Amino acid sequence: MSTQLLRLIFQRFLLGLLTLFAISILIFLAAEILPGDVAQTILGQSATPENLANLRAELGLNQPPLQRYSAWLGGILRGDLGTALVNKKPVAELIGPRFGNTLFLASVSALIAVPLAIILGLIAVRFRDKWLDKLISTLTLTAISLPEFFVGYMLILFFSIKWQMFPSLSTVNASMSLGERLTAVALPCATLTFVVLAHMMRMTRAAIINVMSSPYIEMAQLKGVSPLKIIFRHALPNAISPIINVVVVNLAYLIVGVVIVEVIFVYPGMGQLFVDNVSKRDLPVVQACALIFAAVFIGLNMLADILSILGNPRLRFPK
Amino acid sequence: MSFARASFTAKLGLIIVIFYVLVALVGPFLAPYKQSDIVGGVWEPISAEFWLGTDNVGRDLLSRMIYGTRTTLFIAFLATSLSFSWGILTGFFAAVSGGWIDQVLSRWVDLMMAFPTLIFALVVLSMVPINMTTLVLVMATLDSTRVFRIARALAEDTSVMEFVEAARLRGESTLWIIFKEILPNTLTPLIAEYGLRFSFAVLFLSSLSFLGLGVQPPAADWGGMVRDNALGITFGRTASLIPAAALAILTVSVNFVVDWLLDKTSSLRKEG
Repeated sequence: MSTQLLRLIFQRFLLGLLTLFAISILIFLAAEILPGDVAQTILGQSATPENLANLRAELGLNQPPLQRYSAWLGGILRGDLGTALVNKKPVAELIGPRFGNTLFLASVSALIAVPLAIILGLIAVRFRDKWLDKLISTLTLTAISLPEFFVGYMLILFFSIKWQMFPSLSTVNASMSLGERLTAVALPCATLTFVVLAHMMRMTRAAIINVMSSPYIEMAQLKGVSPLKIIFRHALPNAISPIINVVVVNLAYLIVGVVIVEVIFVYPGMGQLFVDNVSKRDLPVVQACALIFAAVFIGLNMLADILSILGNPRLRFPK
Repeated sequence: MSFARASFTAKLGLIIVIFYVLVALVGPFLAPYKQSDIVGGVWEPISAEFWLGTDNVGRDLLSRMIYGTRTTLFIAFLATSLSFSWGILTGFFAAVSGGWIDQVLSRWVDLMMAFPTLIFALVVLSMVPINMTTLVLVMATLDSTRVFRIARALAEDTSVMEFVEAARLRGESTLWIIFKEILPNTLTPLIAEYGLRFSFAVLFLSSLSFLGLGVQPPAADWGGMVRDNALGITFGRTASLIPAAALAILTVSVNFVVDWLLDKTSSLRKEG
């Protein structure tokens, strides 16, 4: 690996960190920027002046913003995410187990969705413009437009109510075996897979078709190389960089999907915790969750860029 | 170039979109009941009295669907229109001005787009009172970043054309160039984008309401109705699937129309 390549990757890494830093300022200081009184909003119209003053002190609203922000950031860097307003528990304690559950749900979905999307994309290319390709492409266009809750409740209606194959509520706890866990998350995983699959598959197809129009593919065809060999030996390696990119970007999209899917299936993950605390207006928990979502999202996008740089030498020499 | 030559799916899509708009405009006058009146038992099946059955507290589902269509489409329309005005204006402005103005605006948009919109919206909604004004403003602000990117790219292509150069040399103001030279030449792709953003806005609002953080009860809207009736699924009551399906049909239809509009633009480009 050349020093120039290392420098590019390092630059991209720094840019990611910088973005995360800027986002953390936005998340934390949104309370400052937004018009109106946050303490009043949290407590509602019937709040007494003493309650308001107490909450302001607790949120630190009477201290200068810069000082509060640096205290918050310093705490996070030491692993202290603050204290929840409602139940006074440390935020890290609330998030810890839930983060693991969400990671489990997202990883299982990714393990199913990514290979499936690439295989379907390859099939679509192999039978390009035949009925199978058209069928896959119409189905995926429809799938892209369907909201998560429509897919989720349809799955519940059929797989857990009509045919009773999987539970409709995905409760998991520490004492469950891997098999039990997998059964519990079957439907949320299917929903998430369905939502990201269509986009990934279409991009895979487009990336390979793009490569298929290059002269060297035509050369291979004229030589009489079999269609399957052309796709696997000649087209796929050159299309791998855009495919990796779209895969990682879609994994980042899982974060948004996870929030809604966890609410549908009442799954004890971070998305559910986040939504609950937005309704309760528990700012410290909301801010900590949002920062973690942001870190994962930015991290994955950074990874996508770095993998693209590694996979495509042309990107190593930006204009 | 006429609509008669459009594909079957585009025509079907457009007819469905027009139907939805009609329901939103005149539906409430035709609705059999008021949106929050309790008129029957819980989750009654489809009958002559209740064409779509009743919901989780015994309100007429058809009436709530009609009012819900109005609320959902109205908020999405306001948010998209605001986001478009703002996004196009700033996007064109950045492209025409160039220099540091372009840099500042573009980096700001990059930053906003480096973060999932839903998460950002929820952070803001945990700090402000949730009502129609805040919903429209939050949705419009977050969505305008995407409009900005597209408007800026379109304007960049157009602003290097000779006629814009000529207008500049004539000494026309930036605003004049934006409205008289660039806007008319970028209209079709922008209309297609409007359709797309509108269906995203409907989806986004419904997701917020589904999470309980959008339109507040007792007002009806699609996402909220899915949430209200979700529990019924476990008893085999499909009331929550009706608003979800209405939403799915609308977004699919809009996509069909947008596909056709985009095809039209690219064939125009080829001809030109």
